[in-house]
This record gives sequence, C-alpha cells and structure tokens, in this order.
Amino acid sequence: MLGLNSHDLKMFIVIAILTLAAPILLNPFPDASALGESFNAGYPALMQRFVIFGILVIGFNLLFGLTGYLSFGHAAFLGIGSYAAVWMFKLLSYNIVPAILLSVIVAGLVSVVIGYVSLRRSGIYFSILTLAFAQMMYAIAYSDLLGRMFGITVTNGETGLQVYNDDPQILMSAGDPTVPHLFGITMNGSSTWNVGGWSFIFQNGYYLSAIFMIAAFYLSIRIFRSPFGLMLRAIKSNQTRMHYTGLNTKPYMLAAFVISGMYAGLAGGLLSAMDPLTGAERMFWTASGEIVVMSILGGVGTLIGPVLGAGLIKYLENIVSKINDGILHNWFAFMPDWLDNLLVTIIHPFIGKGWHLTLGLLFMAVVIFLPGGLVEGGQRIGRLFRRKKSTDAANGATKPAE
Amino acid sequence: MGILEVKGINKRFGGLQALGDVNLSVQENTVHAIIGPNGAGKSTLLNVLVGKLIPDSGSVMFDGKSVLGLKPFEITQMGISRVFQTPEIFINLTVMENVLIPCFAKRDGAYRLHALESFASEKDMIEQAEKMLEEVNMLDKRHMIASSMSRGDKRRLEMAMCLVQEPRLLLLDEPTAGMARADTENTIQLLKDIRTQRGITMAIIEHDMNVVFSLADRITVLAQGMPLVEDTPDKIKNHPKVREAYLGEAQV
Amino acid sequence: MDALLIQVLNGLDKGAAYALIALGLTLIFGTLGVVNFAHGALFMIGAFCAVTMQRILNISTSVIDETQTDFLGNPLKIETPVIQNWFGPEMGAAIQDWSVPLSVILVVPVMFFVGYAMERGLIKHFYKRPHADQILVTFGLAIVIGELIKAFYGANPIQTPAPAALSGTIDFGTWFGFEAGAVLYPAWRLVYFLFAGAVIAAVFAFLQFTTFGMVVRAGMADRETVGLLGIDIDKRFTLMFGLAAAVAGLAGMMYTPILSPHYNIGMDFLVLSFVVVVVGGMGSLPGAVLAGFMLGILQSFASMNEVKAIIPGIDQIIIYLVAIIILLTRPRGLMGRKGVMED
Repeated sequence: MLGLNSHDLKMFIVIAILTLAAPILLNPFPDASALGESFNAGYPALMQRFVIFGILVIGFNLLFGLTGYLSFGHAAFLGIGSYAAVWMFKLLSYNIVPAILLSVIVAGLVSVVIGYVSLRRSGIYFSILTLAFAQMMYAIAYSDLLGRMFGITVTNGETGLQVYNDDPQILMSAGDPTVPHLFGITMNGSSTWNVGGWSFIFQNGYYLSAIFMIAAFYLSIRIFRSPFGLMLRAIKSNQTRMHYTGLNTKPYMLAAFVISGMYAGLAGGLLSAMDPLTGAERMFWTASGEIVVMSILGGVGTLIGPVLGAGLIKYLENIVSKINDGILHNWFAFMPDWLDNLLVTIIHPFIGKGWHLTLGLLFMAVVIFLPGGLVEGGQRIGRLFRRKKSTDAANGATKPAE
Repeated sequence: MGILEVKGINKRFGGLQALGDVNLSVQENTVHAIIGPNGAGKSTLLNVLVGKLIPDSGSVMFDGKSVLGLKPFEITQMGISRVFQTPEIFINLTVMENVLIPCFAKRDGAYRLHALESFASEKDMIEQAEKMLEEVNMLDKRHMIASSMSRGDKRRLEMAMCLVQEPRLLLLDEPTAGMARADTENTIQLLKDIRTQRGITMAIIEHDMNVVFSLADRITVLAQGMPLVEDTPDKIKNHPKVREAYLGEAQV
Repeated sequence: MDALLIQVLNGLDKGAAYALIALGLTLIFGTLGVVNFAHGALFMIGAFCAVTMQRILNISTSVIDETQTDFLGNPLKIETPVIQNWFGPEMGAAIQDWSVPLSVILVVPVMFFVGYAMERGLIKHFYKRPHADQILVTFGLAIVIGELIKAFYGANPIQTPAPAALSGTIDFGTWFGFEAGAVLYPAWRLVYFLFAGAVIAAVFAFLQFTTFGMVVRAGMADRETVGLLGIDIDKRFTLMFGLAAAVAGLAGMMYTPILSPHYNIGMDFLVLSFVVVVVGGMGSLPGAVLAGFMLGILQSFASMNEVKAIIPGIDQIIIYLVAIIILLTRPRGLMGRKGVMED
C-alpha cells in the first residue's frame, strides 16, 4: 500500500497515529498536578516545535544520513524559509499558501547555489564550506547587508522581520483574519476538550504542521527506498566505485542537497506561519549544530531516528529549562536536608539556563557510546531481549530431556 | 585497428618520466597483458586509460573515439570497466544492491532522478541483477552485506558488477595481488570463463607470471616508463631483452 | 599611505590570534589526524585563566574601620588585597596591574594539563573513527566547555585591562617618518603582535631544531613509517596536543585586553580559524600562519569606511568570501600538500 513495504507501512502508520494523537498522548498527567506541570508536553507551542523540527531533521537526514556529507550550515535554509514566508505575509496577505510555497522555492534556489559550490569539495572541506556559507548568510541577515546595499529593508537586521500595519498586503480584503490562516482557518485557532482533570488542546496550526510532517516523512521513506536513495547510499559507501560504474555523483549529491534544503525551507516557512516574525538567530551556527545533534541523537541514516531525535531534544529542552531549584527541592523533600541541598547544588548547573550544558553532555555521550543514536540503542536492547528469549527457549528445549 | 589504441603517451611527474612515448594496441577479443618491474609505469598507464590522469602528450582512442579529458564516469559509459587491485565494492550494501547499481547506471546513463520510484516497478533491473549473480554463483548470498564476504567473493562480486554492464573492454589492475593460491586459480578460471563465454576484450596488469601466461594473447613489457617489447607470450618468454630487464629477477 | 599603514596594523593583532589558533589546529590535525572543533574552547580557557588570575590577585581582606564612615554612614570597610599585604602596597599594586601577562604562570600548566587530559581522555578514542565523528564529539565538548564557563563566570564579557604602562597608544607613524599623531596604535596590540610572533617562532624552532620536533614533523609527513621505526609516536603526539593547547591558551590570555572574554568567544574564533586553516592549506603550518595574518589584514581593510561605503558590511563576510573563492580555485589552500584530506 502507498508503495511501501509492509514494515515501512507499519512504521509510517504508527508515526502518523502518534503525531495526530499527540495532543492527548503528550498530556498523560492531569494539568494541575505537579507531574503535569513539569512533564506534560501536549500544548500547541511545544508540539509545533516537535513536528516542525521533525521536518527539518528528516530533510537533513536525507543528506547526512544517506550520503554521509555533514552540512554544518543547514540552519541557513531554515532562516531563508522563515524570511520568505514573512515577506509573503507582508506583501500579499496572511494566507499561508503563498508563504509556504515561496519559502520552499527560495530555500531550494539558494541551496542550488550553495550546494553547487560546496559540493565541489567533500569531507571536512564540505562541512567547513557549508559552515562558512551559513555564517555569511547570518552576517548578511543580522546586519541586513542586502537591504543596506539597496537602501531597503530585507531582513530588518537585529530587530527581526515582522508584519506591520502599513505593509501593502495587497491581497488582504476587509474580513480576512489578521493572523496567519489557511483560507480563513486561523493557525492559532484551537478547540479544547475537557475531561476530568485534563484539557486537551487541538490547535489548527499544530495539525497543519503535523500533516506536513507526516507527508515529509512519507516522502523520505519513498526516497530512502528508491533507486535514487540507493545511489546516495552508494556514494557514502564508495565514491571511487561509483565513478567507475559510469555514474556522475555530482547531480545525485546536488539533488540530495537541494531536497534537504527545501525540507528546511518548509520548516522555516511553517515556523513563520505559526508565529509571523523571524530573526537572524535562526541561522546562527548553534542552530545548525542543533540540527546535527538531533539527527545524531535519533540515529543518522535511519528513517525514524530524526523524528525521535527532534522530538526528544525539544521535549528535554522544554522540561529541563522549566525545572528550577524550587522544583528540585520539592522532589527531594523526602531526603535529609543536607543530601537535598547537595543534590540541588550538583544538579543546579544543568537545569534552567543550563540546558545547553546538559545538551552538550548528552550529545557527547551519544557520539561516544551510541554512534547509531536512539535507534541503535533500541536495537541493542531488542537484541538483548531476543537473545534472552532464545536462550530461555533453548533451556526450555533441553529441559524435557532431563 | 585495435579497440584501444594508445599512441605516443608521455607523462612526467616533476623530474620523473613516468611514461615515455608509450604505444599500445589492444585488439578486439584478445587478452592483452602489460607487465614490467615495479615503477615501470603500469599503474600510471592504467590511470591514463581510465581518465584519472591526463597525459602530457599523446592520444588514447577507444573504438575510434578519443577518451582524453573525459571523466572516469564518461569513459565507463563508453564501455570500459575497471577492476581494482583491492576490490572496490560498496561494502555497506548488500550483494544484490551492489549489482543493481551498475544495472541502473547502464540503463539510465550517468544520472537520473528516480527519487520516488520503488524497486517493485523495476522488475527488469532486478531480474538482470539476479541473472548476473546466478552466473557467478552468488545468488544465494544476495542478501549478505558485502563487507562480510571473503576476499575471493569480493573479487567475484566486483567482476559481476563490471560484467553486468556488458563492457567492451575490461581493465584489470593486478586482479590476483595478495591472493592465496586457491583464490588465484579461481580468479584465473573466472577470467577464462568470461573470455570464452562473453568474448570481452581485456587489458590486464599483472605481477604473477603464472596468471599472465595462462591468460594473455599478447604481452607488452614496460621498463622505466618505456615500452620494451610487444609480442606473443611464447616469444616474450624467450626474448633476451625481457629476460634481462624483468624475467631475470622473477625466474619463471 | 598612513591610512593603509593603520589598516595593516589593525589587522595584525586579529591576524595574529587567527594564526596562533590555526597553528594549533594544524599541529593537531597534522600529527593526530583529528579535526578539533574544541580548539576555540582552548583559546577561551586561556582567556579565562587571565580572568581567574585577575580575581586571585584581587582577593582581599577587609577590615572595618570604626573611626570612619562611608557615604551611607556605615562604618567604613577597608579592603586590602592580600597581595598588597604580602609585597607591600606598591609592589602589590604593580603585580595586580600586570595580571594579564602574569597569567602565563597559570596558563601554561593549566593548558598543558587540559590538552593532555583531552587527548588521553577523549580524542584518543576517536583516531580510528570517521572525521565526522571527530567533528561531532569535539563540537559537543566545545558546547560543554562554553557552558561551564558560562555557569562559573556568567554570560557577560569580563573586563581584563592591560598593564597601565602598556595601555596607551604609540605614535607609530613617527617611526616611519609620518607626521606625529598620524598613525596612533594601541600599545597592547603591538605587544600582542610581537608576542604572537615570538610564540610562532618558538614553535617553528622547536619543530625544526629538537629531535622531538623532528619526529613530530616526520610523523606529520608519514605517520605509519615513523611508527615502524619503533618510536612511541603516540606519546609524543599527546605532548603535541598539550603544546597546541598551550599555544591556543596563550593566544587567548593575551587577547583579553583587546576583547573582553565571554563564553562564546571560543566559537567565534574557531569558525574563523577553521576558515584560516582551510585557506592556508590543511596540514601546512606556514600556510596557517600566512593565511591567519592575511585574512586578519584583509578584514581590517574591509572595515575601512571607504570600502564599506561601496559594499556595506563587507567586513563581516569578507573572510568567508575569500575562503570560498580560494577553496574553489585552489582546493588545497594556499600551501596545502597533496593528498591531505582529499576525499
């Protein structure tokens, strides 16, 4: 079905269901409970991030996972997509269709240029070239160099780009919503379902992004399993043989780079559609680094890894940043005071504003101990169980002989 | 007129004359061996033939067309396949995938974006690859990851990857280097079969005289970048200059 | 003419910092074959050693003088730095004033230790892993070090002034026959340049004239062969890592009066230093130094108002532009060797 084999189809359906049911699944604890306040993730702003960054990392994985080319400047395309979308809001109207279309197209065009140049080199040189390009774009956006050159506003520099009342918005008619919308369905509109101590919020914006992510995921499975995907894996495996097989690696690489850039552009466009303002910080190298972290954590080159990685990082970021010393003291209240204080002192640098420290350590741990990411971790555990089961079975088989 | 005509090739690396005025004519349906002591320029010559090096002067014509300045993939597209000293295969892919890739390359040319096609719609390609694997007796290993195979099997796989493209000329760079005796014998047999069954022209660079004399129809001897002599195996064996320059040390 | 001289001078100190970091990066890459994304963090640790030194020297004892009151009417607290108690007020104040250069006694051992620990504890396990893994793990380490610094020293830049005697300007132009006041140059920048020159010269001399250096150079050229000679090359390379760390640390320490250190300074410099290494040619020490100075001076020229009037903001992107152009036209960089990281 859908051109997928049964294993992929199962995985796809599971991901689709989990994504669509996320507003319920991610709110396991009653809203008012202490656990709910710390660990619930089922509110729209956070869930949007899960799926939008999911799209971004799925796209990144098509490049890094399949071909092994490590781009260290992928956030540039995210930023470009965001700017393009906001410009559509400013010029045309708050309808997200042109905004998202343009963000994908512009990111695609820019990635053709950057990819064409960067792909002339490989290995570490490629990484550094992409990093250099991204930093250059960041500098251009941060100081609005393009705008200054032509005496207009392009990125609006440090302030960031947003929609103002006096913007043209030529397609706006009187009754149109003044927030991003899809033919009248506003992105921030939502309906709430109250059950017991729970209230589940189903937001239009989240569902739009979720549908995009499911589609993006489906597309990535198709690409992974296509002859094109096979060629990309072959490039990762052995470029020399690739050349002497009569294949030209350049267009394959460029296609992968551009597809991946367009995914990032889509993610950027969606970010703007959820909240119609953007700034240069989305393109900073730390943002690119975060994309790499997400895909490594999930499992590079696997289908499901990027989705897991993006979700987990964004989730951890959310809860770790929310925890403060007071919450810790609450948790450790049952301990003797000195132990409580000691633990809080030890943990303090890792929580709240210390999230990046935790992230860095987590990232190192994964690279060192689990280069295949969570997916490999899951497989290892799975194997462990199976082995146990098979030895059990073997024991069971020998028993009757006794 | 041979299928491969090399005329007056010169190549210098700094002060070193790697190839000096090399001529070579490989006739269709023959096995042509190129031998010579270490540093004779055999590998340099091979790299010129496949487009990895560009000579300072001279011409290389394949089937009446010049290959100079073409990229390796373009030369492969013309029908020249290359077998490496250490088998160059896609080690993290399965045996089947290894053979499928050249099948697609042969059909689609250097590049085609089939990003959304699935293998289910590529029955021809799969059949072709399976047939090839059957011919080299590897069909039962088609789901194996290539890195887990023995060296002999890797060589056989690489050969299958070349043959599935039905090349007109097969270039072999010391195909038995570092192999155990049994593997060497197997490889010789494999090459003989390829020759009798498919009639593919081969140019082979080899150290092992046993391999050379059991396969070659003609032999070119290189010494210090110059062609010393070109003749049939029997004549080469007894050629005084060759014995002096090369065989003297090897003791056939 | 004097305007040109000013720009060259302005580029020298930044170029010197790039050159020092790039030198260390190249040493590590050349000897260990490791791409170290945490090298900027080493620069930063050096800078924060200077901050720490400043704080140590300012540790004070406070005595409450009941006879005097401060402006709020409370008894006056008199703080006396310990160092002034030990060496007397004048000598003590002088030592405090010279805290940045004095940090060298802290920087060298700390950096050697950090470098040693980093190589033995982490990098060692990544020699056989792909370059992408090396980039990733050192990148993670760089984040961790940066965040630790932030946790201990806060996120704001910390002022670390140069000694009073060296914080003025030099009327540099008069040395070359320009009018007085035409070319004014901060004295500390000149100190930095001379210091960097000395460090670079010392590293090159060390590699050129000691047997240790000879082995390292041979190892850079062909690691396996040197290994076959029965020389314990790994041990020497560990020391090399320490040396590279010390060079980066010294570069960071001396740079603090020019740019107040903050927790992101390492990455800011790292990205540029990588560009420098690539432009200079991966694995070429002279290339790294040359490219460092070249790009520093180029950046300084690009920030001239005359240039910015034509292309606004060119100073912020010039280095990247040059790097891209050089990589495309001379893929091995200015002085790169054949076969280094070609694939």
